[in-house]
Amino acid sequence: MFELKVVQDDEIKVLLNDLLELHGYDFTDYSKASLKRRINRLFTLDRFPSFAEFRYRLMHDAQYVRRFVEQITVPVTEMFRDPSFYKTLREEVLPVLGTYPVIRIWHAGCATGEEVYSMAILLKEANLLHKSLLYATDINPEVLERASNGIFPLNQMKQYSENYISSGGKQEFSSYYSAKYDMAKFEDSLSSKMIFSTHNLVSDRSFNEFQLILCRNVLIYFDRQLQTRVFELFTESLDNLGFLALGSKETLRFSAVAARFKAINAKEKIWRKIA
Amino acid sequence: MEKDSLRQVDLVLIGGSAGSLEVILRILPDLKYGLPFAIIIIIHRKSSFESTLTDLFGSRTGWLVKEAEEKEDILPGTIYVAPADYHLLIEDDRTLSLDFSEKILHSRPAIDATFQTAADVYKRSVAAFLLSGANADGSAGLHAVQKAGGLTIIQDPEEAEIKYMPVQALNKLTPDYILSKHKMAELINLLGNKG
Ligand SMILES: C[S@@+](CC[C@H](N)C(=O)[O-])C[C@H]1O[C@@H](n2cnc3c(N)ncnc32)[C@H](O)[C@@H]1O
Repeated sequence: MFELKVVQDDEIKVLLNDLLELHGYDFTDYSKASLKRRINRLFTLDRFPSFAEFRYRLMHDAQYVRRFVEQITVPVTEMFRDPSFYKTLREEVLPVLGTYPVIRIWHAGCATGEEVYSMAILLKEANLLHKSLLYATDINPEVLERASNGIFPLNQMKQYSENYISSGGKQEFSSYYSAKYDMAKFEDSLSSKMIFSTHNLVSDRSFNEFQLILCRNVLIYFDRQLQTRVFELFTESLDNLGFLALGSKETLRFSAVAARFKAINAKEKIWRKIA
Repeated sequence: MEKDSLRQVDLVLIGGSAGSLEVILRILPDLKYGLPFAIIIIIHRKSSFESTLTDLFGSRTGWLVKEAEEKEDILPGTIYVAPADYHLLIEDDRTLSLDFSEKILHSRPAIDATFQTAADVYKRSVAAFLLSGANADGSAGLHAVQKAGGLTIIQDPEEAEIKYMPVQALNKLTPDYILSKHKMAELINLLGNKG
């Protein structure tokens, strides 16, 4: 267990400022408590003797900046996390999406891609994958690299398989991957419809129009002001009557765009753009 | 149980794991109304247990009991329960935030994460209780509370259903109180009387 006071608050400000000025990463509107924990954890984990050395490394070592970004932004995810959410997608959202000639879906903040592969499985089972495009983006290029490989730890499969079944899955979950050593490689037909690209929700713009945007467990890290910016970006990037899906503890309620959306399932945090 | 260390606090934290539910259910009915602080409960459990926990607690007290929501203000007179499968953190401006980072000592929510960030923000004006449990979560957090000048209370391991958690904490620090579950509500009520 690391301590929370190794890197002081004013030192964190200095680091965030360096990161913005030198490397173009803007973390200044992220929730502070999480940042503070992540930074102190990393400092302890990587055994820096002093703050000065930590800062110097971050200023001059691009490789280490990548590690920093990866560690600070919490690349933690699961397949079929919140099975009831995926069940709602199956039952209430996919039937509507199926009426479009081409289905464009954006996973914003997809981390290592488990969510995207889960979605591809849903689409395949609804016989919609062939006409779908899954845009998977994240601020962090390392996780996208892993996501595009579709290789996940084998020891997670038992849990994922249980999640899959409670999401309404009827197939043998193991039919979607082949096991090799301690890893599970998901079949290429799933990833063939995925497009991976870095995209920073803080600073990058809208790049397409979608019928469904998923942004789960990313906005909890942003302050209210930054959340508002991102909601505007999503509103702009959604087709009329497009769907927006957030994480189970996130809400559109406090944002200015709330009036333009209607909750189709408040518990599962799925909204539809109506204006 | 008057002591110099008793003082008015703005926040009471209660953390526990296996065997702690029963302790919390014993504390809640004896809490006075109108105490000038908020209470945050972090209890390890399976995600499936979910919202029933707030209902269960709500049925034992007249305090407002709710699941903690991200970016919400921490208000006196309210009991916040950390949601399953997220860490609950305290921000400088005394709001709550949620975090989906790695489990800590196999736990999410982790008691350590809430205790540490609360200590950082509330310093002397926090009291933290660590209850029964079968894992070492909470010790580091309790230690942080103590270092920041807050009040620390550990459930008496002799009566804890599972001693491991209190014993781990006792190995790490000497708390202000080692208390039986029967005495905890009384202490919390006293914390509201000091001005
Ligand atoms: C906790 S993961 C969520 C993964 C997945 N959506 C889920 O719910 O399981 C958060 C992800 O958000 C990404 N992220 C953080 N800040 C971002 C930003 N400014 N732009 C895009 N992605 C960001 C992180 O890199 C990380 O992969």
